[in-house]
Amino acid sequence: MTAQRSILSILAEEGCCTADEIATRLGLDPAEVRRLIEQMERDHVILGYHALVDWERAGESKVFAFIEVKANPERGAGFDALAAHIAAFPEVHSVHLISGTHDLNVVLEGDDFREIALFVSEKLAPLPQVVGTATSFVLKTYKLDGQLVVRDGADHRLPVVP
Amino acid sequence: MTTPVPWALPPGNAREPSRGDGDPVYTVGRGHAASVRRPRISSLVAGLPPSGIREFFDIVATMDDVISLGVGEPDFATPWHICDEVYFALRSGETSYTSNWGLLELRQEIAAALERDYGAQYDPQRQVIITVGVSEGLDLALRTVLEPGDEVLVPEPCFVAYPAAVLLAHGKPVTVPTTAAGGFKVTPDLLEARLTERTRALILGNPNNPTGTVLSRSELGALAEFAERHDLLVLADEIYDRLVYAEPHTCFATLPGMAERTLLLNGFSKAYAMTGWRIGYVCGPPDIIAAMMCVHSYTMMCAPTVSQRAAVEALRHGRKEMERMVDSYNQRRRLFLSGLQRLGLPCVEPQGAFYAFPSIAHTGLSSAECATRLVHEQRLAAVPGTAFGASGEGHLRCAYCSSPEALHEALRRLEAFLRTV
Repeated sequence: MTAQRSILSILAEEGCCTADEIATRLGLDPAEVRRLIEQMERDHVILGYHALVDWERAGESKVFAFIEVKANPERGAGFDALAAHIAAFPEVHSVHLISGTHDLNVVLEGDDFREIALFVSEKLAPLPQVVGTATSFVLKTYKLDGQLVVRDGADHRLPVVP
Repeated sequence: MTTPVPWALPPGNAREPSRGDGDPVYTVGRGHAASVRRPRISSLVAGLPPSGIREFFDIVATMDDVISLGVGEPDFATPWHICDEVYFALRSGETSYTSNWGLLELRQEIAAALERDYGAQYDPQRQVIITVGVSEGLDLALRTVLEPGDEVLVPEPCFVAYPAAVLLAHGKPVTVPTTAAGGFKVTPDLLEARLTERTRALILGNPNNPTGTVLSRSELGALAEFAERHDLLVLADEIYDRLVYAEPHTCFATLPGMAERTLLLNGFSKAYAMTGWRIGYVCGPPDIIAAMMCVHSYTMMCAPTVSQRAAVEALRHGRKEMERMVDSYNQRRRLFLSGLQRLGLPCVEPQGAFYAFPSIAHTGLSSAECATRLVHEQRLAAVPGTAFGASGEGHLRCAYCSSPEALHEALRRLEAFLRTV
């Protein structure tokens, strides 16, 4: 595995890990790891760092919805211009061009159902290239970005084992 | 000649068990007033020393809030695809016995994996037997090959079960101490010094629990020559073969001439995080394996069927997950070693398994004192080196297969403790 891949694997999984600790764990030079991370940040290989939050457990109201968007591609630009336009809205959590029965998959984040429904009907659906939308609200999350949401954190091992 | 070692028996017989006045004596016989009085536990078993690790476990188990470096098993759950396969097997009603040998499919996968990875040649029909972990494999092997009083060379420090398993097979364990100065590596010279006419076999745990030492191909080659020269059987416990971090593992049986005198013991516990499934195997010469099969068929019948199914799945589709886990152990190994170094604790760099075996000799404490005080004063559990034999004195076994956060906290507690001694 390349140093870059190893570093990214740790950051993608753990997020909050210092360059020094990464260097120790991978047996690399700390200065080199810092340089690589800074370089990847500048190159937008690393887009950002954030906490993975279970909003429901936090008791904070937060609603997510998946919007299947069917759209007409534009000559010369395909779906890129439309996707970039949609992505620019702060309500939009993520946007993917996908294969299958529709074209874009948009994840929306809002404080309540109404806010998301209004965004779809007022902002998303009226866009000229958009042919149709189907909104699915998230009712319960089981796994998020590689982490199980419902987990029993207990270590089931005996404290001393030969 | 051998010098006295803790496990050595008095000549000619098992050690005399304790049968002082306080020991219960039971009357047998039906209705006879003064019938024969005899103890209910055999002298062999009564004479077994308790596992040092068990005593320590009893202390730790009563305490809260302990950070444990004492857990000699992966901190991962068994990869999900393996459990999923077992659900399927159960739904399909695979709940019967298998052949005494174990599922042929599993034996074929094992033989194929050993050939692919090490170039070892085993006939899955006659040279592979599925056991209930390496523990059963070791017990079977010793019971099959030893005559009462046969001596078995057991390099130390070693896994707690080796000497006891030899005793239970009516053999005599002859421990061969190794030292930190020698990298805890056993050499022909060290073995030679303990050799007698009764020496029959050598138990070689490589990579080693508790030291993490890995023997190189050339070091193993020297031991192979020694085994050849003295016509010894070698019980090669390679349960940690996948967990190596420097040189690739050398399978002892693949060294010249060794296939016919080696019993390769291995299993799924460590590489695939499957400790609780209790599934292992032994590969070796057809005559010995057939004889082991005979013992196995009377004592165990077969390894659990679901566990055998799980093992098939592990070998067929488990490589990626296994490599991910090994990489993770290696990261934590480096993290923990760098912490030990910062604290100034000398430690032979472990290149395999998931243990570090630092020296605490400079504290002036014995291993047992050090471990006991650590757990009482700092709520940090590490196993006293002496649990793995007398030559572990002055060391602690630290299993670093815990989360990085737990390792950082363990190192903080260790540091705080070292300031007080």
